[in-house]
Amino acid sequence: MTLDRRAILGGAAALPILGAMPFRSARAQANNTVKIGVLTDMSGTYRDGCGPGSVTCVRQAVQDSGVTGRGINVEVLQGDHQNKPDLASTIARQWIDRDGVNVIIDVATSSCALAVHGVVREKNSIMLNSTGATADLTGSACNPNTIHWTYDTWMLANSTGGAMVKAGGDTWFFITADYAFGHALERDTTGLIGKQGGRVLGSVKHPFPGTTDFSSFLLQAQQSRAKVVGLANAGVDTINCVKQAAEFGLTRRQKLAVLLMIASDVHSLGLQTAQGLSLSETYYWDLNDRTRRLANKVKGDMGGAMPTMWQAGCYSAALHYLKAVADMGVEKAKASGAETVVRMKAMPTEDDAFGAGSIRQDGRKLHPSYLFEVKTPAESKGPWDYYKLVRTVPVEEAFRPMSEGGCSLVRT
Amino acid sequence: MLEDFLFQLEMAAPQIVLGLVNGAFYALLSLGLAVIFGMLNVINFAHGAQFMMGAFVAWMLLNWAGIPYWGALILSPLIVGVFGVVLERLMISRLYKMDHLYGLLLTFGLALIIEGVFRNSFGSSGLPYAPPAALTGAPVDLGFMMLPKYRLWVVVAAFFVCIATWLVIEKTRLGAYLRAATENAPLVQAFGVNVPRMVTLTYAAGVALAALAGVLAAPIYSVNPAMGSNFIITVFAVVVIGGMGSILGSVITGFALGLVEGLTRVIYPEASATVIFVIMAIVLLARPAGLFGRA
Amino acid sequence: MASATTAPLDALPPTAPRSGLFGFTRAQGIALVVMLAAIVVLPFFVYPQFLMKLLCFALFACAFNLLIGYVGLLSFGHAAYFGMGSYVSAYASQSWGLSPELCVLIGGAVGAGLGLVFGWIAIRRAGIYFAMITLALAQMVYFFCVQVPFTRGEDGIQGIPRHALLGMIDLGPDMRMYWFVAGVFLIGFLLIHRVIHSPFGQVLTAIRENEPRAVSLGYRVDDYKLLAFVLSAGLAGVAGGTKALTVHIATLIDVNWPMSGEVVLMTLLGGLGTLFGPVVGAGVVMAMETYLAPFGAWVTISQGIIFVACVLAFRAGIVGELAKWLRVKL
Repeated sequence: MTLDRRAILGGAAALPILGAMPFRSARAQANNTVKIGVLTDMSGTYRDGCGPGSVTCVRQAVQDSGVTGRGINVEVLQGDHQNKPDLASTIARQWIDRDGVNVIIDVATSSCALAVHGVVREKNSIMLNSTGATADLTGSACNPNTIHWTYDTWMLANSTGGAMVKAGGDTWFFITADYAFGHALERDTTGLIGKQGGRVLGSVKHPFPGTTDFSSFLLQAQQSRAKVVGLANAGVDTINCVKQAAEFGLTRRQKLAVLLMIASDVHSLGLQTAQGLSLSETYYWDLNDRTRRLANKVKGDMGGAMPTMWQAGCYSAALHYLKAVADMGVEKAKASGAETVVRMKAMPTEDDAFGAGSIRQDGRKLHPSYLFEVKTPAESKGPWDYYKLVRTVPVEEAFRPMSEGGCSLVRT
Repeated sequence: MLEDFLFQLEMAAPQIVLGLVNGAFYALLSLGLAVIFGMLNVINFAHGAQFMMGAFVAWMLLNWAGIPYWGALILSPLIVGVFGVVLERLMISRLYKMDHLYGLLLTFGLALIIEGVFRNSFGSSGLPYAPPAALTGAPVDLGFMMLPKYRLWVVVAAFFVCIATWLVIEKTRLGAYLRAATENAPLVQAFGVNVPRMVTLTYAAGVALAALAGVLAAPIYSVNPAMGSNFIITVFAVVVIGGMGSILGSVITGFALGLVEGLTRVIYPEASATVIFVIMAIVLLARPAGLFGRA
Repeated sequence: MASATTAPLDALPPTAPRSGLFGFTRAQGIALVVMLAAIVVLPFFVYPQFLMKLLCFALFACAFNLLIGYVGLLSFGHAAYFGMGSYVSAYASQSWGLSPELCVLIGGAVGAGLGLVFGWIAIRRAGIYFAMITLALAQMVYFFCVQVPFTRGEDGIQGIPRHALLGMIDLGPDMRMYWFVAGVFLIGFLLIHRVIHSPFGQVLTAIRENEPRAVSLGYRVDDYKLLAFVLSAGLAGVAGGTKALTVHIATLIDVNWPMSGEVVLMTLLGGLGTLFGPVVGAGVVMAMETYLAPFGAWVTISQGIIFVACVLAFRAGIVGELAKWLRVKL
């Protein structure tokens, strides 16, 4: 008797694992259901720029697409990859294999974007990348299953960097985050500076993540006497750099080039510190009636925050995908990711975030980019009123020409 | 050759000063850790989280109650200190008789919870906190560099707080009780001293030091939930190098390692986050109890 | 204080001489059968990728448990061996095209080699100083991995192929890979069990219980500790290598300090010094990370709560408490 009890309970030691897991649901879902997975940073540095807001925007896109009225069910899943490529690839595999997810949207940070990029190719699924920055997604690493939606390192270098050089900032010093994205951004900007006759005097790489004090790097930048100090980092790192640059009076003799900064970063910095910075984005909520309309639709669900370009990109990407699905029919769209991407490339894009646009053969979504200057506290009428439009970079110039990217999909 | 050297020196001098500023934070944080370890025999992994709380409380005081920096400098450590009392009474006090590992694991868990809660409520990109008006304005000219007034204030403030803490522990009657209780708690209790209360207050004081460092850091660094965990491992290394539980050791090592880190940033910037671990390994091999610890 | 640092952890179960088949007590034998049954049956119901990852971490936790549970040494740098094993076998598979069993063995060899050097340095210290020195050495390995080009920095080594087992059986499909991973896990698991019950293992336990006495009995304590360290590091390397092939990617998180913390969490949650504890602990932690993933910061909060609950309420861990309650050894 005792032995039996022990045997059963002893065996129970291994059972919690069993009980903790739902059984495999495979792809036994209804045929008129498409599943969108929003894979993003829910807990790390980039949370405020994408994160929960991206999910809200995708939900909004589902509503605006009107596909439910045509008998198509859309399920939106969310996942937190914590900016770890390892986790990103695991979740992506699990979504595609087990949960039958048809398209993965957002995927913050370059390293995670590249990891998921490989997975969707292998599984013939789709990634619509909004937040990842590396231009390699449509360059040397391009594949037929990915569309790079919102922006990339080349566009940032071209718009912000180009404007700086044109304004006379022809000598540069870089403060670069020591990882793939930082290196790519420095590389793309350096290439551009060289082309326009400028020079890079030096650069310093800071450990990533985990650097909070940038003063010594800023000091080296000061000592270089370069006219422009380029910040090839993102998120909290950039915020800290800008804050401390102001503190050390670096901005009195030198110009700061924040290569990647978005509206939520400016919100966090405060206008007192951020005023006067030049930066590039492809979406700003207060740009025109359509962008304002989108912002008003989603801000209620985002705790009053305005959507960033990353989040707006998720909206636009999801909307276009659903249009393609409606066009092709659910069954056909789900059968092959690459086929659906071909269809998406063939259709012109049209939405409130970016207006009219198109998708190039190499997977690059095309729309204009904008060079903004951050307003002074006096110019700003209230929270989220942050930017003055300086220049619109037209579609033809905004992104890297297809011939220079080295993408194997491009037929010459 | 000489010119080269002079040029190097010119480059290095400002970095040494900046290293001192970082060193001030290391010293304040490792001081709190050392006080807690010395008296409670607990390695407080939640120290980084409590540092972060200090900064957040300062932000809340300013934005929700309109209390400016100088008020926060006193109130925030008090508030976080009270939080420390609650933690100590409810949880940490159960672990004194046990291996260090359990204290470490418990406070590690607490750090995860605190950080997660702040991340859920405040996001992750950080909140702005402006330095007080009296300490802004033109940087101070030191001849070889311009040092912002606020950073100068941080070094001075940290230095005096460290000295004061050391004096309290080494030179006052209260400090004598504390030290005696570490050696032999039952005996001190027999003399009529309320040892458990003293231990609770010591923990609160250590936590308050972390919070004070947090308030000092708020205007320099972005106030964000991860600000403490970026520091904590480094500060651990500082405490180990200085000698676990040694007050003076942690202060001196804190400032010194700030300097070493500053110099590394000139010579080999990528390694600036790792150099402290190299030193820690060497010190532990040569002097197991740390530079200032008693074996 | 010196005595506190060297005293054994109070949650560790006492070790008594035992009988039974191959050194398993009856309860352990039953638990083993249940575990084997679970390994065979579960992949037909549960996502195999998840199970494979679970088994890799279970092996990692078992290797870690060998040190803390049976020698009483808390290493806070086990990520170094796991991560290097993962990188090296990833590289061997991708760039040299070696078959999976060789990749995993190379991963294990690198882990063991690193363990030999680091162990030789670290075992001179005890208690918290041992933990700190292993942490310091591991952070140097992390720095090395950030700097050298072959790890590809933050991107990690991506798209690792699996190739064919012994050059014959293609492990591409997940179900085939699963049996390979299960095999690796079982070999490691049984090896650890065998080691603990060898005369060598008895000496280790003697060192844990009373080091001065072991010394006075004439044992070269440092040699025993070092050998256990190398074994543990080697198996951690095997676990890392298998994981890299399983998930097709090897990155910096495998080698950074939070990974060292995670393996402590798994072992503590399951039960220090129990045979099945690390396996159960790994299962629970992995399940939590996978199924709480959509909830963002709640993952860290719930992990924190588990840590706190473990330390305050059930210090012996899930399996340890269960064994206490049933009055058996597990």
